[in-house]
Amino acid sequence: MSAGIAAWGTYLPYWRLQRSAIAGVLGSGGGKGTRAVASHDEDTTTLGVEAGRRALAVGPGAGAVQDLILSTPDPAYLDKTSATTVHAALGLGRACGAYDFAGSSRSAVASLLQALAGAGGGAAGSGRTTMAVVSDLRTGLAGSPEERDSGDGAAAFVCAPEGAVAELVGRGAASDEFLDRWRVPGEADSHVWEERFGEELYVPLAREAFAAALKDAGLAEGDIDHAVVTGLHVRAVKAASSGLGVRAGVLAPDLTAAVGNLGAAHAAVGLCDVLERAEPGQVIAVLSLADGADAFVLRATEALAGAQLARAAAGVLSVAEQVAAGRDDLSYATFLTWRGQMRREPPRRPDPERPGAPTVHRSERWKYGFVASRCQVCGFRHMPPTRACLNCHAIDQMQPERLADVPGTVATFTIDHLAFSLSPPVVGVIVDFDGGGRYRCEMTDVRASEISIGDRVAMTFRRVWTAQGVHNYFWKARPAGGPGPDGRAGDAERGD
Amino acid sequence: MASSGIRDQVAIIGMGCTRFGELWDKGADDLLTDAAVEAAESAGMSIHDIDAFWLGTMLSGVCGVSLSRPLKLDYKPVTRVENYCATGSEAFRNACYAVASGAYDIAMAIGVEKLKDTGYSGLTGIRAVGDGTDPGLSSPAAFSFLAPSYANKYGVDRDQLKEVMSRIAFKNHQNGARNPRAQFQKEVSMETITKAPLVAGDLGVFDCSGVSDGAAAAIICRTGDAHRYCENPLYVKALSFVAGPAAGPIDPGYDYTTFEEVVRSAADAYEQAGITEPRAQLAMAEVHDCFTPTELVLMEDLGFAERGTAWKEVLEGTFDRDGDLPVNPDGGLKSFGHPIGASGLRMLFECWLQLRGEAPPERQINTVGPGRTLGLTHNLGGAPGEGVSFVGIVGTELG
Repeated sequence: MSAGIAAWGTYLPYWRLQRSAIAGVLGSGGGKGTRAVASHDEDTTTLGVEAGRRALAVGPGAGAVQDLILSTPDPAYLDKTSATTVHAALGLGRACGAYDFAGSSRSAVASLLQALAGAGGGAAGSGRTTMAVVSDLRTGLAGSPEERDSGDGAAAFVCAPEGAVAELVGRGAASDEFLDRWRVPGEADSHVWEERFGEELYVPLAREAFAAALKDAGLAEGDIDHAVVTGLHVRAVKAASSGLGVRAGVLAPDLTAAVGNLGAAHAAVGLCDVLERAEPGQVIAVLSLADGADAFVLRATEALAGAQLARAAAGVLSVAEQVAAGRDDLSYATFLTWRGQMRREPPRRPDPERPGAPTVHRSERWKYGFVASRCQVCGFRHMPPTRACLNCHAIDQMQPERLADVPGTVATFTIDHLAFSLSPPVVGVIVDFDGGGRYRCEMTDVRASEISIGDRVAMTFRRVWTAQGVHNYFWKARPAGGPGPDGRAGDAERGD
Repeated sequence: MASSGIRDQVAIIGMGCTRFGELWDKGADDLLTDAAVEAAESAGMSIHDIDAFWLGTMLSGVCGVSLSRPLKLDYKPVTRVENYCATGSEAFRNACYAVASGAYDIAMAIGVEKLKDTGYSGLTGIRAVGDGTDPGLSSPAAFSFLAPSYANKYGVDRDQLKEVMSRIAFKNHQNGARNPRAQFQKEVSMETITKAPLVAGDLGVFDCSGVSDGAAAAIICRTGDAHRYCENPLYVKALSFVAGPAAGPIDPGYDYTTFEEVVRSAADAYEQAGITEPRAQLAMAEVHDCFTPTELVLMEDLGFAERGTAWKEVLEGTFDRDGDLPVNPDGGLKSFGHPIGASGLRMLFECWLQLRGEAPPERQINTVGPGRTLGLTHNLGGAPGEGVSFVGIVGTELG
């Protein structure tokens, strides 16, 4: 039993943009392969929630988490903490801390190192189970390399004082102040300095950090079994990778051809991909280039094999499965619309009103946690939770039940061309949940022409819309079996 | 349901109804004034002879002053009521009870809605500050769930059901085309209806009722006093109103092929009025055809057709103006238009004209006669599985 990473999860959104679609519209640019695209109802908070749900599906679980750190360069709010949204959606305990590491890409690696330090800190067994969620959503101006080469995604790790599948054996860092990639608060797109300048600076920083980590671990380059090297500066990453001195075949696939560079989340997603393939005893090195370099070395424990099997049994999708499952027929016009780069004529309907803060807080467990209620007298399940039972009329005899991970079946549906949406038409579905309960909600990650009565669906946490500066988060249905946690038979009775 | 009703205790002695439509030159105050004055004139009285008022409006005014101010009423009781799309019927129901109780001798029920000032398509709701979890589906979307469910349950081909829906719109447009007060006074071909752009689900533009401005009013007194004001009053036979527990969206047992609220309120109303065979005993019905599948399902919920057969009867013309049981001979919500607070009273206005033989010859129904002197009005509020329902029955004969 040892401290370290005890569970992990990733989320790559369903949609992919073929890079050739960019050239098809703009006449130039584009390229080969695809990039992962967060849907119009996703942001870094919701991407993080979905990764977090997968990390909690197997392992210590939500009840064990004592601190939560959300790290993203693209936070949904400033001043207000976004980690509390993730905390509520994951159903973490009230006594669990929730903190943002927001702003720079480099904070993402810091959040994982902080979680590892928290879990392993102090005397044996005295650490805090800490969850690190890293998330990024990258846009770029139309036709830019940033738009073409980036991708959206998230990863989450639960680091615990015991039960580690991988323990930290060494780390190193190197810092320098220089201008490579930056954004003034309020700007949607990054500025990038002439790239040879950054390459010159990054390569030595990477070497220094990597060497320091190996020294800290008491290992040599040849001891490394898997190496993940990432950073938004593509040339620097390539140069640093080729000079690592590790054995052939040790460098992990960089995933960028299929999903793009996931920015702050890329190192974490790459590490998760390795954890899904690595064997007990193997040594994993992560090197991240962001305003300096960070390197850390992990050793897989005997518990890794069991965790891999448990995840497969629970139907938690791997990085490889998500890469394979993406849907690549998104049009470039839709992509631009989702990113706010193209303003489209809305339906002639009133804009939504921002939800009220007290109203939202009263329904926190329902809105964020998707917690329904079941009548203890007759067993009827109510969504949203109510005090009076529809079936037997008992009052205040309800038991709360979290249904976020319970799949359901489409009882009927409609396509609404009139309702407000950033991406009309709205697909409305009536979902009958396994184990009882019906709810009417919006369906996402689906084309209106492809839905049928009887389809299986799972729930996903989304940003429904933003009104008057308030993000309105809630759950939607999406086709089961695609990327996203759960929605498979093994989960049918969870939460009952 | 334990309701004893007030059969034959009160009578309608005067009515008024404005033209419905996009009335850019009239505000809610003007519409209320027009409907109130017409109703008072038809009862041979002044609006100041009326003792108490019930004003129905969903979003065109709040509190009784919304009526007393434009009419300059001198310190009379005015109650504003709201019950979604059943608001007009609810104003009428409460006015009837006030008179039946003996509290007032003469009461007016008046409904108004000014919908066309918003600049939006369709209805805009009124709701308390929310938690943002409502899926925000539009009204056509909420009602569009009925069509595939009905088709699946009764084995009707989807294209055939679309034809049935179009046939309902076609019929109501035919009726509205003959009605100078209707919003849409134009016949529309089956092809135009069927090929119209979709709004929600299988519902096209012509499957939706007209968003409209308008007002309508009724004056009520006790039956014993009715002939002092009116030679041929309409007697109130039944008034039933129910609010459901909003079971549909949360009950897996609900299949979106019926409105339980309508079934319950219809049974109650028929009992109050002593009706056992509605299709044979009623001379006409004005029903809440907010969307074409609504009218289809209502034909079964109101007992005008056996379960699973209304679609055939629609195609056979049973509910046409010259059919076995004329339904919405004035054009209905579809063609007459649907200013929320006014619609329930507009339905009564058609009964007032048709049952008393005052409809123009070109659109007078031929079902009224000895043994068939009753008309039904039905108002629905909310959405399938989560609404309110009103069923009222009026007739020209006592007993």
